[in-house]
Amino acid sequence: MALLEVRDLHAGMDEREILRGFDLTVNAGEVHAIMGPNGSGKTTLSHVISGKPGYQVSAGQILFKDEDLLAMEPEERAGKGIFLAFQYPVEIPGVTTMNFLRTALNAQRKARGQEEFSTPDFLKRAGEIAKSLNIPQGMLKRGFNVGFSGGEKKRNEILQMALFESSLCILDEIDSGLDIDALRIVSNSINALRSPERAMIVITHYRRLLDYITPDFVHVMSKGRVRKRGGRELALELEACGYAQFEGAA
Amino acid sequence: MKRVLAREADAGRAKSNLFTAAHGRLPGCGPVAHIRARAFEAYERAGLPHRRIEAWKYTDLCALIGEVLPLAPRPDAAALVRAKSSVMQAAADQAVKLVLVDGIFAPELSDVGSLENGVDVRSLREILENPANSAMAGLVLSTTTDAMISLNAAMATDGLVITIAEGSTIKRSIQIVHVATSLSVSDFTRSYLQLGKGAHAAVVETFVAADGASRYQTNDAIIVLVGDEASLSYIRVAADAADAVNLSSGIIVVGTRASLNLFSMTCSGSIGRYQGFVTLAGEGSRLSANGVNLIREKQHADTTIVVDHAVPHCISRNKFHAVVDDCGRSVFQGQVVVRPASQKTDAALMTRALLLSDQAEADNKPELEILADDVTCGHGSTSGALDTSLIFYLRARGLSEKDAQALLIRAFIGEPIEEIPAGNLREFVTARAEHWLRAR
Repeated sequence: MALLEVRDLHAGMDEREILRGFDLTVNAGEVHAIMGPNGSGKTTLSHVISGKPGYQVSAGQILFKDEDLLAMEPEERAGKGIFLAFQYPVEIPGVTTMNFLRTALNAQRKARGQEEFSTPDFLKRAGEIAKSLNIPQGMLKRGFNVGFSGGEKKRNEILQMALFESSLCILDEIDSGLDIDALRIVSNSINALRSPERAMIVITHYRRLLDYITPDFVHVMSKGRVRKRGGRELALELEACGYAQFEGAA
Repeated sequence: MKRVLAREADAGRAKSNLFTAAHGRLPGCGPVAHIRARAFEAYERAGLPHRRIEAWKYTDLCALIGEVLPLAPRPDAAALVRAKSSVMQAAADQAVKLVLVDGIFAPELSDVGSLENGVDVRSLREILENPANSAMAGLVLSTTTDAMISLNAAMATDGLVITIAEGSTIKRSIQIVHVATSLSVSDFTRSYLQLGKGAHAAVVETFVAADGASRYQTNDAIIVLVGDEASLSYIRVAADAADAVNLSSGIIVVGTRASLNLFSMTCSGSIGRYQGFVTLAGEGSRLSANGVNLIREKQHADTTIVVDHAVPHCISRNKFHAVVDDCGRSVFQGQVVVRPASQKTDAALMTRALLLSDQAEADNKPELEILADDVTCGHGSTSGALDTSLIFYLRARGLSEKDAQALLIRAFIGEPIEEIPAGNLREFVTARAEHWLRAR
């Protein structure tokens, strides 16, 4: 049984079709890279999988652990183990990072039928993960993402990814807004979270990220569907030829 | 226009009847009766406030309540028993309670014996009924041009006169609990709070209803004098019956190098207005005036704060947030006046409204009237809905839509609430706000 199966997905917004027959199969333990030019539908795909309101799915299926994902609310999908690392993480003034993390973690644990973390257990666990990501304790006491740099925000996303123990992590352009050092730190953290039980979908424009996170499969997306699939070498090919070869494809 | 005038005339007649009917029951005679008569005349000249009076533009009492209801009867033993459980529920942790039931001080429900050294509490009735106290009576029953304050002076049945001695630091906060027990009546209370030089205290005023109380109207006023180098936290929480009317006024004067932390929250009732008139009368004084309105259904809540910078070198900060759901309406009027001599004034006024439904309404009116030229003053106002991108982010992290909304609302109202000094009173206000959130 595949962890995630997307079959002939057609979806869009405001009567404009963005995904036009997208197919993808992801098994546990695999890392898939989805590459493509701006406007190819990569972020739409991540939003539709995670259940963002406002999109209309006109055809196709998304199965997650053999369950119909499209019938679920976003929070149910999170509870089932889907995590979306946002390209532009939001700021929530007035909610400390620690409070947010604990509320979200316990909501997910409750949905999974697990016991909620006590405050000391949570503090210990969050503190350990934060330390491994070079996130200072002081940051956890501040408003969620308020005043964080681009790198800090992305590290905060990875912290959540580690804390929530999700089985499918979708990383939407995690490299955007990161300098070289931050990219290395974030990538190393992501690599540390690779496991046989967890799959990842890495959405990116650039091969550079894939120098750090080695994908098992690369999918090139254009105009709402996959135009070419391959291994890591496909990313190298793209680096040489660019996306132009796929732009004209019907 | 004819219809409005007719309503005012009806309301005025109703008031005249009310005053006549209550006349024999109001404490004080001689000079006090004279003060009351003059106050009532002032009220009669102005009439029930309506939308053509700028300060009442958004809270037209002629249209909203039409008339003032008859005076509440003096609470009997059964009323006191019913009030007791409400007092227990309304009590802030570790606070010394002073209870007024239907506008009458109830020492049997109060912690009079727990008052700390340096605090003196007397009932207003006791003062008004003693002819030797006429000067004090005149001070406590003083009025402004506001009609509701004049009416309050004319009709006040009782209240508290609290004095805190010079240099005293009062550790336990003092809680004035107003309990309404009746149906379709009015109560009028007038209190006076004076902090001597260098005194420090915290006072919370809470308005609640006993089981069975409904459709009542409360008109409360308090005069507060914060002495030189003194500090006061004054908190007001209106948690009345769902169909009650609460009109509360504060006339507050802050002395030299003194500080006032003022907070007002309305989280229940049908029609509410809190109007605070604060004068920074001593150089180097500081005001932090904040508040929250939590409004749902057809509730109308108005907070009006007027800050008068009467002398130089004073600082005022005003932060008011409203959360409006269903068909509720929030009004915030904040006026900062900087007088010509008040150089080096530093004043800021910010109001924000969060609208949770398409029918919700918020009227925000920040005003600066600056008559000095070397000042730092600013104001701002925003109104908006919950950010859908934040809601989605939280849902993608496993929170239900309702829980995501609650988290964001909690953060929104947390900002002014955190201006209350940390301790039992901040916890008390937070708990009341949580209660409102849970009931959504």
